[in-house]
Order: sequence, then C-alpha cells, then structure tokens
Amino acid sequence: MIAILDPGVGNLKSVTKGFQRVGAQTVVVPDAAAWKALIAAGDGDAVQGVVLPGVGAFGDAMFQLRAAGLIPILRQVAREGRPLFGICLGMQLLFGSSQEHGRHMGLGLLPGEVVRFRDDVKVPHMGWNDLDVVRPHPLLRDIRVGDYVYFVHSYYVEAKQRDCVLAAATYGSVSVPGVVGQGNVLGAQFHPEKSGDVGERILHNFVAICANWQRSRTTKQGVATDDIHVTARD
Amino acid sequence: MLTKRIIPCFDVLDGRVVKHVGFLHDRRDAGDPVELAKIYSDAGADELVLLDISASEQGRLATRRIVEEVAAQTNIPLTVGGGVSSVDDVRNLLLAGADKVSMNTSAVRNPSLVKEAAHRFGEQCVVVAIDANLNQTMGEYEVMIQGGKVGTGMDVIAWARRVEKLGAGEILLTSFHQDGTRDGYDIQLTRSVATAVNVPVIASGGAGRKEHFYTVLTEGRADAALAASVFHFAETSIRDVKAHVRQRGVPVRWIYQ
Repeated sequence: MIAILDPGVGNLKSVTKGFQRVGAQTVVVPDAAAWKALIAAGDGDAVQGVVLPGVGAFGDAMFQLRAAGLIPILRQVAREGRPLFGICLGMQLLFGSSQEHGRHMGLGLLPGEVVRFRDDVKVPHMGWNDLDVVRPHPLLRDIRVGDYVYFVHSYYVEAKQRDCVLAAATYGSVSVPGVVGQGNVLGAQFHPEKSGDVGERILHNFVAICANWQRSRTTKQGVATDDIHVTARD
Repeated sequence: MLTKRIIPCFDVLDGRVVKHVGFLHDRRDAGDPVELAKIYSDAGADELVLLDISASEQGRLATRRIVEEVAAQTNIPLTVGGGVSSVDDVRNLLLAGADKVSMNTSAVRNPSLVKEAAHRFGEQCVVVAIDANLNQTMGEYEVMIQGGKVGTGMDVIAWARRVEKLGAGEILLTSFHQDGTRDGYDIQLTRSVATAVNVPVIASGGAGRKEHFYTVLTEGRADAALAASVFHFAETSIRDVKAHVRQRGVPVRWIYQ
C-alpha cells in the first residue's frame, strides 16, 4: 500500500489515480493522527512507501505539513529507510530551503536550495520536456534518454551534490533536476501521474522499489513488526 | 528542450462535445467527451482542454461528473473552464480532477479572483482565457466576454499583462474573428501577446490545416496550439500535425514508433 500524504493543499486526485492505474493500493493520510491510526491498526507494514505530492507555494506547504504534524513522520520515514517519493513541490520540500516568496526552510532530507528561474525563459516552465538520464537507478528502469515528461513549476532545485540528480531536463540555460534520489529519499520535479506512459513507468518503478523494501525488511527481521514510533518534534 | 504543445479542445454542451462554426453560429455533435478524451490522449495529445460552453450563461459550474470521468480516462494534463466565478469553483474543479482551471468573463468582472486562485492553488493551475476581437474603432484587439457577445473596451495586450501580474500561469488566447473560419490562427495577435508576457500562451481560433499549426508556433511565438473541429472531424490528426511541424524543426513530444 502506498500512503499519500495530504495536509490539504494539493490536488491529490490525479496522484492517487496514477498509482491506482499501475495497480497500487493507496491510502490518503491527512495528518499525524491518521498515520498513527494506520500504524495502530497494524497496517504499518502494509504501508510500503510514502508519497509527498504538492502544488502551490513552498512556505504554505511547509506550514500545512507542520500544522498536520507530518514533519516528524516524514523524518522518521526517511530515517527508517522506507521509500519516500516527493512529486513536484513535494520534491522541492525534501531539500534544505527555498527562495519562493522569501526564504523558507524545507525538510532538509536532500542537500540543495530551491530557486526561481530567471526571466530569460518563460515562467512557469510548463509542458513536455525531454529527460536526460544522468545515472541509472531503479526508479528510472525502462526510461530512455529523450523520453518526455510533463513539467509545471516556476522554481527549481539547485542541488548541492550533483550525485543526487538522477535525471535532468534542459530548459533555457538551466539544467533542471528532474529526478533526484539519495538512498530511500526520491523525488520527481515533473508530474509522473500526468506524463502519459512514461510517467506511469516511473510510478510503477516506485511501487516496485517499495515492494522490494518491504521484502528485504521482512526477511531481515524474520517477522514484520510495528517499530514505527514518532518521537522527533519539529 | 521544452516542446510545443498540441491541444485538442472540447466544447461541451449538455454533456456532448459540439463543434461550432464561429462563436455564435451552428453547432454540430462531435461525440462523447469521455470517449474522445481517451482517444486523443492515446493519439498523442499533449493536454486536453474542456470548456463547458453553456455553464457560464446558465450560471452554473462545468459539469463535475464529466470532469471526473474525463480525468479518470487520461494520464495527461486537463484544463477545465466554464462558469468559474469563485475560488470555491476553482477548488471544486481541481478536486474533480482538473489540473488547471480556466476563467474568462469572471476574471474580467472580478480580477481579484485570479489573484486569489493563484495564491490558494498556485499559479500553475490558473489559466486566463482571453477572447480577442479586432475592433476597427479602437484600432486594436479588444477583450470580449460572455462567449464573445460583449465587448469590454479593454486592450488585449494590457489585459494579458495585467493577468500575468495577478498570477495567471498561462493565457489561452482565442481570436474571436478567426474562430471557426479554418483560415489559420491570427498570427499578429498571437505574436503580440506571446511576446508581451512571460507566461506560456496557447493560441486558439482558426486552425484548418497542419501548416497553420506550424505558423502559429513559429511566427506566432505560441507555446501551444489548440484546435477543436479539425481534430473532431478527422480533417487532420494530432500525429499528422506533429509530424509536419517536427519535420520543419519545431520540437514536439514524439511518442510514435
């Protein structure tokens, strides 16, 4: 099961539908209480991966995540190795900070800063852009250089470590990180759920990563346990 | 490289896609919106635009059921317009599965709606549709509202710049005088708006042949070209249009073998 975090800002329907199209079960988690209820009901092990979607403004989204108590849960998910996938703004939130309408701190799970496109290109960067696969990754299985995906964003990530960029898209003079990843923390700047068959392959790949994680975890522990306790405070 | 988009448009009236000749003339049935959405999506459409053309005059929001069904059938972006007059309307269409919401008359009457919607849901989902008509007296393009029936006296370029400032993430520009003629897009109009603003501009109105798409995407500087009846009546196909412009050097998303 894929848990989709929704503190109430995003348009989740298409993300949920996208995962359902590739055969995944989904559950929408609006806040910490819903997450804890999932765990308490013994469904913690059924949650194979977590998706952080998002549209709107960076600062508002962080505010909503904080208000919903989801920030410590995201940190816990990242720490325990459970696959986490940020989409569009959700990917940007994984990074350290953003310059969108002032300076805002992000989750800091990946090193980098979110900055605005300069005005030498049209903003938002809206439409289908080809992807350049920078390094192979299970998330990019069956994705070829030159496959098109659908972007819509006005800010992009300046990654501090180039090796967390898995695929990039060239827009004007900027190389836009399109797919990022470090360990279990993954993200896509574009909308895989709106990117036709190519996008569905990426969603499918994430679901496969989640299933693998669950398998290896069950094997390691002999028996699956609910070991998720949210203690960190943000 | 960012590609130019080819976008089929559905004008929906009483639950059916209709094809119309000019804003005010005859309408012919072109099919079921849900079926057509699937067909165009599979055929390589880069986005879909669905306009409920009776919603505004009937004072209601675009039919939610149709939006939900179309969204469920497609894995490409969907823009919905028709009768959007409040932030709640925008929210309801996004919840029904729209990725972007288009507003026209209501944006003119209440420009703060554009600002509020952009603030609440992000600029990326706010499309302002502008119907432009060449006004001989003004000697410039005038913004029309209520499906082209009412002139506003506002200059199209000035209005386009204003909605960009208010937070529109995209402009859907229709040349009223070309719409339905199939004589080609209004290149001068499109170019003047596309170069006046820094948000993407979708050109609409007048597509009749694949060459028209090429001209508006190059000389017209449009970021996307929208058409309805040429696709609905199979006078050309999305693939043919893309093959034509691609062969002449315009980057498009190519999904065919």
